Amino acid sequence: MLINYIKSIGQYFIMIYETFKRMTKTSELRRLILQELDDLIVSSLGIVVFISFFIGAVIAIQTALNFSNPFVPKSLIGFAARQSIILEFAPTFVAIIMAGKVGSYITSSIGTMRVSEQIDALEVMGINSLNYLVFPKIVAMCMFPFVIGISMFVGIIGAYFAGVYGGFLSAEEFLTGLQEDFIPFQVFYAFLKSFIFAFILATVPSFHGYYMRGGSLEVGHAATTSFVWTSVIIIFMNYFITQLLLS
Amino acid sequence: MIKVKDLCKSFGDLDVLKGVNAEFEKGKTNLIIGQSGSGKTVFLKCLLGLIKPNSGAIEYNGKAYKSLTKEEKREISTQMGMVFQGGALFDSMTVGENVVFPLKMLTKMSRKDREKRVDEVLDRVNLGDIHDKLPSEISGGMQKRVSIARAIVNRPNFLFCDEPNSGLDPRTASVIDNLIQEITHEYDITTVINTHDMNSVFEIGEKIIYLENGIKAWEGNKDNIYKTDNEKLTDFVYASNLFQKVRIAQRRGL
Repeated sequence: MLINYIKSIGQYFIMIYETFKRMTKTSELRRLILQELDDLIVSSLGIVVFISFFIGAVIAIQTALNFSNPFVPKSLIGFAARQSIILEFAPTFVAIIMAGKVGSYITSSIGTMRVSEQIDALEVMGINSLNYLVFPKIVAMCMFPFVIGISMFVGIIGAYFAGVYGGFLSAEEFLTGLQEDFIPFQVFYAFLKSFIFAFILATVPSFHGYYMRGGSLEVGHAATTSFVWTSVIIIFMNYFITQLLLS
Repeated sequence: MIKVKDLCKSFGDLDVLKGVNAEFEKGKTNLIIGQSGSGKTVFLKCLLGLIKPNSGAIEYNGKAYKSLTKEEKREISTQMGMVFQGGALFDSMTVGENVVFPLKMLTKMSRKDREKRVDEVLDRVNLGDIHDKLPSEISGGMQKRVSIARAIVNRPNFLFCDEPNSGLDPRTASVIDNLIQEITHEYDITTVINTHDMNSVFEIGEKIIYLENGIKAWEGNKDNIYKTDNEKLTDFVYASNLFQKVRIAQRRGL
């Protein structure tokens, strides 16, 4: 079993190396990248905005309800919401959501192409199927930090609405807390890790789809396995990057 | 012409091809037949370069594949057309986009010339009016014909077909067989067809190779396959009740 894991890790890095070899024709690549931007990024904005707004709101309410000490300034609600959203919720939680949405889509679409011999058809034509299929996804996912930026913004708006209109604190108190002890490096850290998560989100599900064997049942199985592994790798990398940059 | 010398391929302990020698002639429909698990698909994939053999040599028009540079190998692959068992059409593209795809990716033809060529080949397979349909909107037989159109749009020197009429009714299967044979003669290309459909064997088998457990057990054509003394081939050919009846009728002189 351990040997199989090691083999898979090796195969994953070989896949990444092969992805950047023998580039597809530029005009076709441009079309594919735009298509992937639409499928992977634009189509995810709705769910990301929806979840971010309400999670931001819940963070504000839960923080407010846990501050029972009258000596603790209410502005801390804004501060806690900002820290939670920027440091963890937006980059990590949204990446896990994307592993479910985008990751499953990538694995099942590539897996179906494998099952129906469409990948073999590309290879027979002399086209580097990995470059054709995976490279546009990697490029499109470079826009993932923008999704995270939107998630941060909407999350804080959600926290503001729930905090201020829920009667937990005033708008001035929220804005004071929001600006308190702001460290710009933390935003850089959040964007850096979301960039790394984007690469994982594009390549790990592609790997599971590209190297799957079997029929349509196995496509579903591969999509589930891909979600599990993408989440595990994101969570591990989250710990690793945090340890490296913040501790 | 394709020449294969002592081709061997194994997966782990399983020897799938055990030193196959074969010659596929230009301008002829060359058929590979054999029971399931006899190594036909692996053999075809070796010819296509999708599977690397363990040993042996393959020559395309006199050029040994092993001795070619990477560029020459890529050049050879652009001369190949393939009709897959399920068609392997790209789901997200229309019929027209599927057929034009090899031209867009592999040539520097102008858009106008590409469109002209696509019209030509779609007309050739009698599908002139379905450019804008998606593969899911057309029948299985039409999908196979689109697949043939895509395979020949680049004017290949070698055409490979993996069970081109599987899943089709006998009449449509016969249309596909005849279309492949006509194209082979018309374009003067080397066609290799992997099949276990006896109708195809008797209809278009200008050269037939019978594989049995990874070994070439018989070679001939549709005219002398009746006279073979290879028992396993006879069992294979006459496994269908219909052919048994035909054989009995022939013996009786009917």
